Amino acid sequence: MKKVKVAILGSGNIGTDLMLKLSRSPILELTTMIGIDAESDGLKKAAEHGYEVITTGIDGFLERPELADIIFDATSAKAHIYHDEVLRKAGKKVIDMTPAAIGPIVVPPVNLDEHLDADNINLITCGGQATIPIIHAVHQVQAVEYGEIVSTISSKSAGPGTRANIDEFTQTTTRGILEVGGAKRGKAIILLNPAEPPILMRNTIHIQVEEEAKTEEITASIREMEKEVQSYVPGYRLRQEPIFDGKDITVFVEVEGVGDYLPTYSGNLDIMTASSVKMAEEWAKHKVAHIPV
Amino acid sequence: MNSKRDIILTEVALRDGSHAVRHQFTVDQVKSIAKGLDDANVPYIEVSHGDGLGGSSMQYGLSLTNEMELIEAAVAEVKQAKIAVLLIPGIGTMPQLKEAAGLGVKMARVATHVTEADVSAQHIAYAKELGLETVGFLMMSHMASPKKLLEQAKLMESYGADTVYVVDSAGALLPHQVKERIALLKEHLTANIGFHAHNNLSLAMANTLAAMEAGATRIDGSIRCLGAGAGNTQTEVAVAVLDKMNIHTGIDLYKIMDVAEDLVAPILETPQEITRGSLVLGYAGVYSSFYLHAQKAAERFGIDSRSILIELGKREVVGGQEDMIMDVAAELSKRRAEVAV
Repeated sequence: MKKVKVAILGSGNIGTDLMLKLSRSPILELTTMIGIDAESDGLKKAAEHGYEVITTGIDGFLERPELADIIFDATSAKAHIYHDEVLRKAGKKVIDMTPAAIGPIVVPPVNLDEHLDADNINLITCGGQATIPIIHAVHQVQAVEYGEIVSTISSKSAGPGTRANIDEFTQTTTRGILEVGGAKRGKAIILLNPAEPPILMRNTIHIQVEEEAKTEEITASIREMEKEVQSYVPGYRLRQEPIFDGKDITVFVEVEGVGDYLPTYSGNLDIMTASSVKMAEEWAKHKVAHIPV
Repeated sequence: MNSKRDIILTEVALRDGSHAVRHQFTVDQVKSIAKGLDDANVPYIEVSHGDGLGGSSMQYGLSLTNEMELIEAAVAEVKQAKIAVLLIPGIGTMPQLKEAAGLGVKMARVATHVTEADVSAQHIAYAKELGLETVGFLMMSHMASPKKLLEQAKLMESYGADTVYVVDSAGALLPHQVKERIALLKEHLTANIGFHAHNNLSLAMANTLAAMEAGATRIDGSIRCLGAGAGNTQTEVAVAVLDKMNIHTGIDLYKIMDVAEDLVAPILETPQEITRGSLVLGYAGVYSSFYLHAQKAAERFGIDSRSILIELGKREVVGGQEDMIMDVAAELSKRRAEVAV
């Protein structure tokens, strides 16, 4: 199978980590790294790896649109609004890793199949990617009345973008809990912990189902989901067995990164880059499957 | 009575005390207490879920009454006092702050962990935009060096905070440590400096005096010690002590004593005292609102709540990480079971 060409827009931590992950994809061929700061570590690394480097941002790419069919946008919510507009016109598929959430919000093992024809899909947040699969796994067994997630990340792994727009995290994640997770009501909380050495990303998922929880079926469904997420985020795991108390279920999940560009404690960033690769791969397979022979 | 105020006290029982009553405040309780406090001439009364706006959750405890109803009730009862709210970015959001401001709240206290002030920039600026007096609230101040604390306080000041508080959320600071921190802030900031104590080591009053001596002009009190853990600086005690020092709080001593005795004491399930659990909070440097959660987890897993709290202290858990309590309790009980086998 011929690989599908992709480009990364944004040369920060996320973009650079993504670059290393894409180099291993059997389906995607990273051709180009697009940034605006020629001196950034990400663009320098891209040049070292022999990728095309565009230092004039999206406009530079639009002059050479043949370089990629799928674009990963790892810039900011604000910048993404313009990127979405021009990339749509250019007929490109876009994976939005910012909190802009213009396109459908997606968690790969839950609802990616429904959105394979969309031009722009959004990854929600790191906390959403780590917790919504669990809420969905419970929802498949018993209707979820309330889903609440608490993501704790190390201070070092929270970049300036996250810090300046922390409400976007809670609001977008809550939307994901409802729309993708299936909960009737939801809430999201994010906490930063400065301990040294940095802690792994931890997520606690509090779920309330409508009736007495079916312990065994729910545990089995959660464990199955854990495996599914592990297929693309190897460091994703339950810290212990789910805790049941009547209608309440508590699940503890931690995410250890692979340690590509970002250290292993940054599971929160790793799960975003890994999820985006998973999405692009499924997209690429879908596209190839639909090419008339 | 002299109503001139040398020091401005914020009464926190209707916010910090929410932890101690497991977030079960009713509209009637808030009304009667707010009215009593206002009548005693308390200048600021904070009302919110214990973890601030939006704190009602399985993580921290669900509120019996929607906090917006409690805020509205308090606003309606007061004549001179201003109602304040707490907001912890990451838990509460700007739309909630806007809703509270619309109900008549006059002061926003925006809180972050002592090293994470930069998550408050947006919220502090927004509070100012809403026309609210704004306080930056640096929680768990014992976990950072005075130098780090100063750097973070300066950030909050630069975002527009009128006042920056050193918050001893764990009740772990000793008087000389309070003095050192407040004096440093006083020297380098133009914003007002405030201090919020917890009484876990029986130092709340002493620490408050140390803070004032070093230049703090804003202090917090909780009437009848109705706050998380062993409570805060007991408001009526502070009023009496400061009166003896000829420092004017503007608060009527007899009236505030009566509010404590007649209105607040009857709603406490147990008196606020320094139990072994709350003592360990201060000793291990753990967030005071973990207290009741740790007791519950200890019962569930049949272990000593002190061992849970000590372990949490070792792991440098920060405020808001209540989920770690159950996690650590489960782990400790598993470890014990393995040893027993």
